[in-house]
Amino acid sequence: MQIINLEGTEDTPKIILDKTNGIYEISGRSLPEDSAEFYRPVLEWLEEYTKKPNPSTEFAFKLEYFNTASSKLILDILSKLEAISGTTIIWYFHEDDEDMEEAGTEFSELVEIPFEFKTY
Amino acid sequence: MIERNLILIYEGEFTQEITKSVLAMAERNMDSVGEEMGIKRKVFNVMVECLQNIVKHADDLEPHDKLRHNAIFMIGKDQNAYIITSGNPIGHDKVPILSSKLEQINSLDKEGLKTLYKEIIKNGDLSEKGGAGLGFIDMARKSGQKLEFDFEPIDSEFSFFSLKTVIPRTSVEE
Repeated sequence: MQIINLEGTEDTPKIILDKTNGIYEISGRSLPEDSAEFYRPVLEWLEEYTKKPNPSTEFAFKLEYFNTASSKLILDILSKLEAISGTTIIWYFHEDDEDMEEAGTEFSELVEIPFEFKTY
Repeated sequence: MIERNLILIYEGEFTQEITKSVLAMAERNMDSVGEEMGIKRKVFNVMVECLQNIVKHADDLEPHDKLRHNAIFMIGKDQNAYIITSGNPIGHDKVPILSSKLEQINSLDKEGLKTLYKEIIKNGDLSEKGGAGLGFIDMARKSGQKLEFDFEPIDSEFSFFSLKTVIPRTSVEE
């Protein structure tokens, strides 16, 4: 499968989707002007990945900030991951960032995927 | 008398690039006074939602319409709080729906806002403008305060929508 490797910018997150090496990560800041457009390739990649996923998929979110339009797309990503067995979400947050921790908890309540919470 | 300090005021056209610049300026300002991380984050959050709302809804106005350039954004700070204010023209037809949305949000407590947020994120679709319909809720949640708003008619087609969000600072001796 094609690898997605996008560097982060002031308003868009770093994205790594690498099936061969088993690295799946979205990190940094997410406030793109058009979040549907920005995350479309991610959703398409996951659609493809669903057909032949690895036995285990650890998907990491290490976000400093995301706007509400991104939160909808994050939920869409999680919904796709929900359909893939062997998936775990690793939700990172700064140890003093209660809001990010809470956001992760809320997402974990909206989908049936095990979440692991880690500080950094 | 509480002295109100205006940190930043911007009037004109609002775009993603402007949003990024305004955010960067506000971040630098808060860093330079050693503002607490948690407060910085909340201010940033509210700013993004506020600014991106203006950008989205500026599209309602014709490109040649001079009103399009009449949006305003301000950050004020006093001893107890950051005050984020925005103003932008909107069509009269939008007033009832905006008003009722904001009144609904103001009527909810913390738990109620969380429930509404989860309901909309799960069941709502992105609007044609790419909005999730969650911006105001997020602003209310992050600030922990009621949103203050007003609609002032400009002319036969438009009203001026102003919105004020207050983010309390922790009590720090300056």
